[in-house]
Amino acid sequence: MREGTCGVKPDMSVNIAGVELKNPVMTASGTFGSGMEYSEFVDLNHLGAVVTKGVANKPWEGNPTPRVAEVYGGMLNAIGLQNPGIDVFIERDLAFLKQFDTKVIVNVCGHTEEEYLEVVERLADETVDMLEINVSCPNVKQGAIQFGQDPKCLTDITAKIKKAARQPVIMKLTPNVTDIAEMARAAEAGGADAISLINTITGMKIDIEKRSFVLANKTGGLSGPAIKPVAVRMVWQAAQAVKIPIIGMGGIASAEDAVEFILAGASAVAVGAMNFHDPCLTQKVVDGMEQYLLRHNIQTVRELTGAVQ
Amino acid sequence: MKKKTTMTVTDIRRLAEGVFSMKLRYPEGDLPEEVKPGQFAGLYPNDPSKLLPRPISICRWDPDTGELQFVFRVAGAGTASLAAQRPGDSVDMLGILGNGYDLEKLAGKRVLLLGGGIGIPPMVELAAALAGRPGTGVTAVMGYRNSDLFLTQELERYGNLLIATEDGSVGTKGNVLDAVREASVRADAVCACGPMPMLRAVKKFAREQGIPAYISLEERMACGVGACLGCVTKTVKTDSHSHVRNARICTEGPVFDAEEVEI
Repeated sequence: MREGTCGVKPDMSVNIAGVELKNPVMTASGTFGSGMEYSEFVDLNHLGAVVTKGVANKPWEGNPTPRVAEVYGGMLNAIGLQNPGIDVFIERDLAFLKQFDTKVIVNVCGHTEEEYLEVVERLADETVDMLEINVSCPNVKQGAIQFGQDPKCLTDITAKIKKAARQPVIMKLTPNVTDIAEMARAAEAGGADAISLINTITGMKIDIEKRSFVLANKTGGLSGPAIKPVAVRMVWQAAQAVKIPIIGMGGIASAEDAVEFILAGASAVAVGAMNFHDPCLTQKVVDGMEQYLLRHNIQTVRELTGAVQ
Repeated sequence: MKKKTTMTVTDIRRLAEGVFSMKLRYPEGDLPEEVKPGQFAGLYPNDPSKLLPRPISICRWDPDTGELQFVFRVAGAGTASLAAQRPGDSVDMLGILGNGYDLEKLAGKRVLLLGGGIGIPPMVELAAALAGRPGTGVTAVMGYRNSDLFLTQELERYGNLLIATEDGSVGTKGNVLDAVREASVRADAVCACGPMPMLRAVKKFAREQGIPAYISLEERMACGVGACLGCVTKTVKTDSHSHVRNARICTEGPVFDAEEVEI
């Protein structure tokens, strides 16, 4: 125990839609594979949850390269949701994750309602703790984001997924909307058990020497510390609008950043692009949040949710 | 075992216009188990606005001193900040990454090493590794823009060295394959690293000669460890990891059999 504590280890556990996480730190979908690559750097047993890269009913090739570009304080990506499909995912990735004492949240993507539902149904009998539905990828041409940008569509697809899902459903929201509170309410109205935000912000980079787009897809999703203030603001607005728990993310680079999201109204957080900067970051965020609680003599991390004044 | 390590700069020098050599030493007792020619590391610029590591191929590895040598071209602000480091400074490094060249497939053969521009540095470690193998012959053919050469002395130590320059100021005027044809170099296998047009020409050349070509690919990378799927190359067959026709350059590569990738 460090100085300034009353000697009691703070309670880091959180409960999201009935699922008990040992701490509020997750990985953001798409930045952590299915945990295999980062298990060389981080003990997955120490994380609240691993959120997998999006998986569809069939393998997806994704976009042409270049798929990534660095920008000031962040990066753009247009991977295009490349994934091996649900069969391989269950057989390989889920089998791998079963070895660890952490919660498994599977991110689900699709072009159409039927494709989402097929994946959700396939996962019904698997050892999966929650589903996160990606209705917010800015890099896939047909479908996907249209569900996340129209409140009526969002309510509708949420309700259909909820009906088919055996696990609690988290709807992942896009920041590329005018009113995030309206989208949060739309997900809640459809029966979502939780929402996660933000996905990436659509951006662009131009190579002025070649006078061409840097990404083959022209546009890409901006992530990293550059988007954090936008993300914190949106989490706060969403928290004012809904009662369901919120998983906050967007540019988290430290435990202090994570605490900011919790204070804004998130019950849990996810570490994304900054895993690429520091592959051990998730563990550092867990440790740092615990230190924060000790330093401020706060017994449970749950007390901090929405505690900004 | 991959890890992020804080390395100490022991040497930094300019080799040619915009080309720098940097030696980084591991902390004592923290050496990697193995470093293979063709592998690379991610070097982090000392600039908080830049979050991604720069993938740079390993030019030399000295397990006795625990030093890695990197030779890189300054291509932007990130590599410029690396070039501005001084001995004693710290550089964070993610390593060791990628597959490297399969030396078993090259042992006992006449191996032709082709390097173009900033594809030359990894050929030094490869030449050194092959030169130590009995019955293995090394001919290195390196292509430069002009007479502003680099790493030639290092390469001469391990085999024959031919040079091609775009302006004809040294060696053959033209590219590496012009020099190979001019000297009628005979080989049983080719290893190449360089710009994409060169690698396409090498693939065609090897096919004509009926010999295998192992080429090292480059792509914009983010994580460097196979998680983000940013740096893929098109493959001829379905890749066993991705289950689509994409392989991760950072993990399945950067070295591929030219016949297995669509470039």
